[in-house]
Amino acid sequence: MNTCLERLYNGIVKENPTFVLMLGMCPTLAVTTSAINGLGMGLSTTAVLVLSNMLISMLRKIIPDSLRIPAFIVIVASFVTIVDFLLEGFIPSLYAALGLYIPLIVVNCIILGRAESYASKNPVLPSVFDGLGMGLGFTIGLTSIGMLRELIGSGKLFDHQLIPVADMASGQSGYVPVTIFILAPGAFLVLAGLVALQNRVKRMAARKGKKTAEPVSCGENCASCAGCSGSIFPVENKEKEEK
Amino acid sequence: MLSENKLKMSSSPHIREKITSGNIMLMVVIALLPASGFGIYNFGLPALIMLISTTLSAVLTEYIYEKLMHKKITINDFSAVVTGLLIGLNMPPTAPWWMGALGSVFGILVVKQLFGGLGQNFMNPALAARCFLLISFTGQMTSFVYDGMTGPTPLAMLKNGEVVDSMKMLIGTIPGTIGETSVVAIIIGAVFLILMGVIDLRIPGTYIATFIIFIGIFGHFQNPDVGFFDPQYITAHLCGGGLMLGAWFMATDYVTSPITKKGQLVYGVLLGILTGLFRLFGGSAEGVSYAIIIGNLFVPLIERVTLPKPFGKGGEK
Repeated sequence: MNTCLERLYNGIVKENPTFVLMLGMCPTLAVTTSAINGLGMGLSTTAVLVLSNMLISMLRKIIPDSLRIPAFIVIVASFVTIVDFLLEGFIPSLYAALGLYIPLIVVNCIILGRAESYASKNPVLPSVFDGLGMGLGFTIGLTSIGMLRELIGSGKLFDHQLIPVADMASGQSGYVPVTIFILAPGAFLVLAGLVALQNRVKRMAARKGKKTAEPVSCGENCASCAGCSGSIFPVENKEKEEK
Repeated sequence: MLSENKLKMSSSPHIREKITSGNIMLMVVIALLPASGFGIYNFGLPALIMLISTTLSAVLTEYIYEKLMHKKITINDFSAVVTGLLIGLNMPPTAPWWMGALGSVFGILVVKQLFGGLGQNFMNPALAARCFLLISFTGQMTSFVYDGMTGPTPLAMLKNGEVVDSMKMLIGTIPGTIGETSVVAIIIGAVFLILMGVIDLRIPGTYIATFIIFIGIFGHFQNPDVGFFDPQYITAHLCGGGLMLGAWFMATDYVTSPITKKGQLVYGVLLGILTGLFRLFGGSAEGVSYAIIIGNLFVPLIERVTLPKPFGKGGEK
């Protein structure tokens, strides 16, 4: 059970896919125009991630090594299709808002990355929790970006008017929304701001002597980066070495 | 003092030039004064408040950021003043003062300081701030009130195929942003900069020439009533909108324009074509800011292509 909790913590904090691993940037930047969209996208990805991790972990001894990528894709695509239909049937408004990005979960690098680096080498239960942790980390990332963008860009939060907005025509004073934040450039600004903030928090914690997340394999010093030699997920490599 | 200058013991290169970035920026500020003065005369108190607000917030942002980050305080090199003043000159006088201040904070903090301060910014902070505001507050940034009336700018009228008064546009008694309306005031500043050797004609010259050729040819296709190279139409396009301010003061920014001579010509031509494209075939009437910003992004490429070959290295490929 300890591994399971460790996996959850790993996905949500230590290797948060949005803020630390910087994976799945395409949906992160594109669909986070509002908190609800971010939450919906995050939860859909989580569902696919948990299910595909589970199935891939079950089949890990059957899938031949040379054919693993196509096999993973088939499994992931099946689950994405299910999620796609479920969303279309039960939450059509969210389905309309997310649009093309639901089918695109198939090629989301978080899902394929977890399948490749964790689920295909580990037992079922830890794989499920790995998927859950990563998925929740992704959901938290997308939702917080969405919340900030929605709040600054339209004064709303979860579609609820939090700050009264000024009306030019009737001369009513109030908050003037900074529209750029719900447009594409706002996604980059908010993401960069949040990443900077969490780096700062981690550095402060490290200074106080608390043990925090290990830096990614390259030491996070991107100036001297010569390209990661395939070891994007350092924890798994360590585990391999121990074995 | 004199004895110090007589004999210098140091390894080369020996820099004898007295020009510093502070001197140059100060001259740009002086050159912008006629345009600012006319803007205040033309639009009154709101223009003055806007200019003070943008300049002050730009300098303050730079100071606070450098203080917090324990960096060298660079506010006395006037570069933040220039950025703030340019943002103010690019604002419509009717916009609230805090909007300009927000633009200044964005321009200095995000575009300039986060990329490493003066000399490191990849695009013109003033124009990036203007585009930030233009996208965020489209309504307020494109509504121009003149003499108590909300009227279209000459460019918007041109776009709708109406006739405009070129003489008024030359002097500047037209609606527009604070600093762009008076061509005469801008030219006075530009001539001062050229005489002082701060800018040369390469970028603005090719920019404006290319723009004239582009507008002269394609203006006819866009609006069949206008003949090829119709002088009235071309003057209106030159004097209306931000072309003059952009060409003389923003396209010539040292940091975001090519340093090679050939590159500067390429850059000017690129800006002319882009501005013409945006103005004639784009969605809005104005296109100078976007043209210069996109041009800024091409500067590293242009410099790479136009880098002169050192003597003796020509032959091999």
